[in-house]
Amino acid sequence: MQKMMEKRALELLADGTVSRVLGWSAGEFPYDMTPAVFETAEELQDGFVYNDFCGANLSKYLIKESRKEGKILVFLKPCDTYSFNQLLAEHRIIRDNIYVIGIECYGKADVEKLKAMGLEGITGIYMKDGEYTVETVYGSQTVKAYEAMAERCLACKSKKHVVYDELIGEDGEVVTDCNRFDMVEQLEAMTPEQRFAFWRGELSRCIRCNACRNVCPACSCEQCVFDNPNSGVAQKAAVNSFEENMFHIIRAFHVAGRCTDCGECSRVCPQNIPLHLLNRKFIKDMNAFYGEYQAGEDPDKKPPLGTYTLGDREA
Amino acid sequence: MKKLSLAKLNDLFAAIAQREALYLPVDNGTGKAEYTKWQEGTVYSTALNTGRSAKDFFFPQTENLMEFKMEGKRIDVIDTREECEDFVIFGVRACDAASFDILDRVYLTDPVDTYYKNRRQHGTVVTMACGRPAETCFCGTFGIDAADPKGDVTCWTVEDGYVLRANTEKGEALLAAVDGLLTDTDDKAVQAAQEKTRAILAKLPLAALSTEGVGQGLTKELFDRPEWASLSEACLGCGTCTFVCPTCQCYDIRDFDTGHGIQRFRCWDSCMYSDFTKMAHGNPRVSQLERFRQRFMHKLVYFPDNNDGLFGCVGCGRCLARCPISMNIVKVMKTLAKGGNK
Repeated sequence: MQKMMEKRALELLADGTVSRVLGWSAGEFPYDMTPAVFETAEELQDGFVYNDFCGANLSKYLIKESRKEGKILVFLKPCDTYSFNQLLAEHRIIRDNIYVIGIECYGKADVEKLKAMGLEGITGIYMKDGEYTVETVYGSQTVKAYEAMAERCLACKSKKHVVYDELIGEDGEVVTDCNRFDMVEQLEAMTPEQRFAFWRGELSRCIRCNACRNVCPACSCEQCVFDNPNSGVAQKAAVNSFEENMFHIIRAFHVAGRCTDCGECSRVCPQNIPLHLLNRKFIKDMNAFYGEYQAGEDPDKKPPLGTYTLGDREA
Repeated sequence: MKKLSLAKLNDLFAAIAQREALYLPVDNGTGKAEYTKWQEGTVYSTALNTGRSAKDFFFPQTENLMEFKMEGKRIDVIDTREECEDFVIFGVRACDAASFDILDRVYLTDPVDTYYKNRRQHGTVVTMACGRPAETCFCGTFGIDAADPKGDVTCWTVEDGYVLRANTEKGEALLAAVDGLLTDTDDKAVQAAQEKTRAILAKLPLAALSTEGVGQGLTKELFDRPEWASLSEACLGCGTCTFVCPTCQCYDIRDFDTGHGIQRFRCWDSCMYSDFTKMAHGNPRVSQLERFRQRFMHKLVYFPDNNDGLFGCVGCGRCLARCPISMNIVKVMKTLAKGGNK
C-alpha cells in the first residue's frame, strides 16, 4: 500500500498536478508517525510512511493547507472523507486546491492496546496475514490484528469513500451493522444517578489540554470561545471540577449535527476519556427525531439541525 | 540498606499511612496508573510510570492563592493558604524524581514560591528503581540513572522482596518509623537488579540519544533553524505535552468571580496556547511555529543557560506516548543535531 501511494504521489508531483503531498512521516518507533507535508520527490522517498498506525485524520489540516499556493494531494481513509465533505459543506476548505486520493482501510491499530498486553520496549512491528509480530527488548510476541485494532475501527461505520479524485485499493460499503450505538444504549439504560456518576468519573480525569477540540474537524472556529478572554468563559483550567465536565458537554452540543463520528477526540485524549460517546448520543437522537442522517455523507444534503420542517418533533 | 519481605509490602503501606497520607501509583481502570491515596485494600501498581507526572504533588494544576471580599468600599484580602500536612509519595520513578530538582530551581530560588515550598517541605519522596523500562524512555540522555533513582528513600524490587536506602534525613526518619518491618541487608541483591536494568537500558532504541547539538549558549545557532517549520507544521497547539510533562512549570493567574467575592487562582499554562503570555498587544508569539519553538528552546537551551547546563527534560517519555500527532522532544533533538545524533 505504502509503495503504491508513494509511487502515485511521485507521479502527481512530477507531472505538476500537485505541488505538495499531505501524508505521514516516519517516526522513532514503528507506530509514531506524524502528519507531514512533502514538497519534493526526495522528501517523499526519505520520509513518507503509511501503515496500520497512521490513524490521524488529515482532513482538518486542509483548512490551512488548501489556502496556500498550489494544489495539495491528500490521502484520505474512508472515515476521513466524511470529515472532508463536512468541511466542504461548511466552506472551510477550498476544494479546487486539493487532490484527494482515497485509500482503502480495514481498520487502524492502536499501540496502546499492544502496550496494555504488556508489550513494552517495542523495537519493531511486522504485519503478516492478519497478525502483528511485535519485537521488544524483552522478546517477541505475535498478536491477531483485530486484538490491536483501535476501538473506533471495531465499530467502523463505513468503508466507503464519499469523496475522492482517485482511489488506491478497493472502495467499500457503508457498514449497517456496525453496532456503534451499543455503549450509548447501555448508558441510556442507566438511571440518571448512575449515568451522572459515569460521566463525572470519566470527565474528572480531564486535564483540559484541549487536544480533543484542537484535533476535531468540526471545531474549526477562528477563535474558540474558551480561548477568548473577552467571552467570560475562557478558562485554562477549572476553578471547580464541574467546569471541565461542562466544557465537554458544551463542545458536544456545538458539534452536534456536524460531527461525522471520526473518533479523533477519543483517539487523542491523553486521559482515555470516551468522548465520542457524547457525540454518538447526539447522532443517535438526531437519527431518531429527524430521520437517519450521517454528517459528511453528502455535502449538499441539508443538516437536520440547520433546517425546519413541519414534521419536526417540536413543530 | 534495609530489606522488606515481599509479603510485608502492604504492612509497610499501612504503617506509613498511619503516620501521614500515603500516595502511590494505582491502576485507574483505563489501563493507566495514577497516584492515589492509600487505604486498606489499595493495590500498588508496578506500571512503569503514571499517566500524570508526580509534579502534581508540589505544583498542582490549579491552586487558590487568595480571596477578596468586598463590602462597600472595603476590600478584604484573605489568605486562603493552609499549612500542608506531611505526606509520602511512594513509587516515584527516577525521571520524575529528577524533575523535582528542575522545579526547585524555578520555585525555590529568590523570590521563593512559598506555596510550592510548603508542599516540598512536607513531602517525602520514595523512589522505585525501574526494572522494565520502555522504548520511550531516555532519562539516561540527561544523566539520570533509572537503576539508582534519587529521592528521600530509594527502593529496589529484588527477587524476594524490596531493598530500601535512605538518602536524606527525611528518608531516615521515615525508615526509622517503620523499622519494625525491616531487616538489615547488604547491597548484593541491589547490584544484581541494577545490572539487569542497565543491560535493558543499553538495548533501548533511544539509548544512544545524546544532547549533542543542543544546550547552553546555542540560542543564536538554533533559533533560526529552518527545520522548526517542518517540525511544528502538524502541531495542533494543544497542551497535552505540557500537561503530562513533569518539568513544565509555567502558570497563569486568573480571578474567578464566585458571586460572593473573587477567588484568585493559578493554573498550569501552556506555551502552545494562543493566549500564553498574552499582553496588551496580544501574544508575542503569533504563530504555532514560534510557540512550538519556545517549548523546546526553553527545555534544551534557555533553561540550561540559566541553570548551569541542567536540561529542562528528564526523558520520562510521556510526551512521546501522548502527543496526538507524535511530535516530540526526541524528534526535535535529532533533527537539530542533523545526522550527528542518529
